[in-house]
Amino acid sequence: MTIDPGNGAVMLAAIFLIVNAALSLALQLGFVRQMAIAAVRMTVQLALVGLVLEVVLTSASAWLTFGVMGFMAAVAGYEVMARQERRFSGFWGYGLGATTMLMGSAVVTIFALVVQIGPEPWYAPRYAIPLFGMMLGNAMTGIALGLNALTGEVTARRRGIEAHLLTGATRWEAMKPAMRRAATAGLVPIINAMTATGIIALPGMMTGQILAGADPSQAVRYQLMVMFLIAGATGMGLVVAVIGGVIRLTDNRHRIRLDRLSG
Amino acid sequence: MTDMTGLEIRHLTSDIVDVSDITVLPGRPIALVGPSGSGKSSLLRAIVDLDRNAGDVRLNGIRRDDLTAPEWRRRVIYIPAEPGWWGDLVGDHLNETDSTQLRDALGLSHIKHSQPIEQLSTGERQRLALALGLARHPTALLLDEPTAALDEESRTQVESLLDPMIAAGLVLIMATHDPEQARRLGLERLEIVAGRIGPDQTGDNT
Repeated sequence: MTIDPGNGAVMLAAIFLIVNAALSLALQLGFVRQMAIAAVRMTVQLALVGLVLEVVLTSASAWLTFGVMGFMAAVAGYEVMARQERRFSGFWGYGLGATTMLMGSAVVTIFALVVQIGPEPWYAPRYAIPLFGMMLGNAMTGIALGLNALTGEVTARRRGIEAHLLTGATRWEAMKPAMRRAATAGLVPIINAMTATGIIALPGMMTGQILAGADPSQAVRYQLMVMFLIAGATGMGLVVAVIGGVIRLTDNRHRIRLDRLSG
Repeated sequence: MTDMTGLEIRHLTSDIVDVSDITVLPGRPIALVGPSGSGKSSLLRAIVDLDRNAGDVRLNGIRRDDLTAPEWRRRVIYIPAEPGWWGDLVGDHLNETDSTQLRDALGLSHIKHSQPIEQLSTGERQRLALALGLARHPTALLLDEPTAALDEESRTQVESLLDPMIAAGLVLIMATHDPEQARRLGLERLEIVAGRIGPDQTGDNT
């Protein structure tokens, strides 16, 4: 049996935000405005997404499904770029994060749909859109963190990397420590999530399924599958992004090219 | 292709430097002089191909463009005024070539492989970089203020190490602010002003 919370019940939960706001005002912590904006944004975004999903799920149109997924990828690509302290100049600023994130997420989502879940048709929006969304969201975080670490590392340790190049090291040899740091930075969230899952935190997706009346062991299986897929999508996208970043931050004469970063 | 030995800069331009017709013969070292910011370091970086540049540079007749950058940098060794380090420990930077003798000659025998680079003094780091660079048997050596951070004793150690190498035919360019040092090592003066060869540069004035 599932109990559908009505709109009233949802609004009641927002009472706690008002409690927070009161605390902030009383203690002059100054987060009322930010929190209010975030809460309103979330409400509007989720309400809209609910409407869109209802339309897409009932229509089962391929065009609509891929259109929605394309839009999600485009926005996530922008988000990767926006999170960069130092951006690659020109097309690469948007392109590197967006394409690698899309690649990792698409490969893994298609695999899951075709091989594991097998809905009819394979792109059935009820499965494709939420899965793709979870892959994108996590790949986005990982790639944004990884690229940020890479450009930060090369900027901060330029002299050391150049010293290595001066001994006749290739750009790949000299960039290896920076690549390793970037990969680690990008994978930390998913590794932490896998470590803590089930003990410290019940994942949101699984909790949601159980609250919505699903059998817990089915919810667990979905969650496990999704976590593996997320790790796969993030890892693949991240590795390609870091390699692309190194190619962009160096040139074929094995020089460091910080001039290809803007801002 | 020429049979010219030594380092030949037919022309070389980068964002900062624009020079041509510099030849450094074996055993005929050059002192790069000029005010701070005139482009001495930039010229050395451009020669070793560390900054974007264009030009025709040759070593013993071999064009730089015919070699990969790592191959070039194994022959032409540049040691910056403030050397960089990619590892945390001294030992991270020792490679297959044995630098023990050179380190001893430069008064670094007390330094252990397990010592963090950060613990070394500026002068020790400068001498260590020189020892490691020389251990790689450069055909041409580009030194940027190699004794700027050194006391007199260490400076003498560096000079008495370089002297026989010059006599043995090392191709050497050394950026320096110290005319006395240039004289002691018998360097020919090449003045750089605003990235170009200085106006009063009229050939040999040793």
